[in-house]
Amino acid sequence: MGKMLWALLKRDVSLIVMRRQDGLTVVAFFVIVTTLFPLGVGPELEILREVGPGVVWVAALLASLVSLERLFGDDYRDGTLEQLALLPCPLALVALVKVAAHWVSLGVPLVLLSPLLGYSLGLEGMELVILALSLVLGTPMLSLIGAVGAALTLGLRGGGALMALLILPLYVPVLILGSGGVVEVMYGEAAHAHLSLLGALLALGVPLAPLAVAGALRIVLD
Amino acid sequence: MMAASDGPAPDRDRAQPRLTGHGLSCRRGDAALFSNVDFELHAGELLFVRGRNGCGKTTLLRAICGLTEPARGRLCWDGRDIRKLDEEFRSSLLFLGHRDAVKEELTPMENLAVQDGLRGEDGGDDARLDALERMGLAGREDIPVRHLSQGQRRRVALARLLLSPAKLWVLDEPLTALDVRAVEMLLGLFREHLDAGGLVVATSHQPMEGLRNARALQLD
Repeated sequence: MGKMLWALLKRDVSLIVMRRQDGLTVVAFFVIVTTLFPLGVGPELEILREVGPGVVWVAALLASLVSLERLFGDDYRDGTLEQLALLPCPLALVALVKVAAHWVSLGVPLVLLSPLLGYSLGLEGMELVILALSLVLGTPMLSLIGAVGAALTLGLRGGGALMALLILPLYVPVLILGSGGVVEVMYGEAAHAHLSLLGALLALGVPLAPLAVAGALRIVLD
Repeated sequence: MMAASDGPAPDRDRAQPRLTGHGLSCRRGDAALFSNVDFELHAGELLFVRGRNGCGKTTLLRAICGLTEPARGRLCWDGRDIRKLDEEFRSSLLFLGHRDAVKEELTPMENLAVQDGLRGEDGGDDARLDALERMGLAGREDIPVRHLSQGQRRRVALARLLLSPAKLWVLDEPLTALDVRAVEMLLGLFREHLDAGGLVVATSHQPMEGLRNARALQLD
């Protein structure tokens, strides 16, 4: 079973890498949304620093949302999803592996870029480290929550907008904890509490979200 | 009834039906598709599901795979309910639906390699090349499926039949988009599979001729 799941992980990652424009769209979206804020708010570094953590986090949230439509969409359309549901291993594990592949190929680039974008908004030193760290813990959670929404809205007309409405409210705790941690560091406090809570969310999400995804996929395939 | 173990004597194998359906009823939304359908299928037999459009052929096949829950009735594999068997049943099943489950970005070879990997069956490149050649795709192994015709895609999907050790083939309209020679070849494949004690459940609007041990199931 391990071998099957490894094959699935490799397949998903290589398909996302092959469709270069998908990954690039997500990354470009992340960068553009972040750079829109200085244009709207004005160039005063004090103000930008103040909103910086929140801006990067909101941009990461939206970028993750943009990437989700493809998570199950292609496999659903070409019939692969049926085949995955018929694999001799639990559908929840298949879902978990698909989410992992999605995060590795689309979440990790956001994490890697975040210090650069944070720096452009005037964050520095430890703040950048915590920003990246909070995204390391937070973006997998975004993928997990997003996968539930993506599975529920699979095959619906206008599913994208509905998915955004379903998912964005659920992203709120992750957003608060993630950007909150960076703000703490900005004011000379420690970010341990925020990061620990993010980790706790992730520890809950990894076993539970795939069960919800599997349930939703079964309904869609029925 | 106890289930037959994996390698029973052929005689006993033929005496016991391997796949049975009792009193099956399926609904789609509010519409009842069919009710009280019974069938049994022994090793080496083909079940040819027929009926007009929309009578529930696809739904019956999806129910046999466990993708759809029948509203009433029981489906058994070796005498045990397929819902209880779950993973054990799925590893002896090969399903081919309306959609080919072939990735457009990948070449036929890569598609087969990925599918082998997913099912944990690695026959190696040679076996995959042979399979594609037999499906009439020699020389097309390394062209992305995007550039192949509908019938060629179907052949890529059907090449899985040659590679999988699954006993039960459940095929939804396997003949669509295939030309006369491919249909002949596919029927030949069925014959080999049945002779080796395999089972086939298939739907088609085209006649499937020259198959011994074919049972017809008419849905109305």
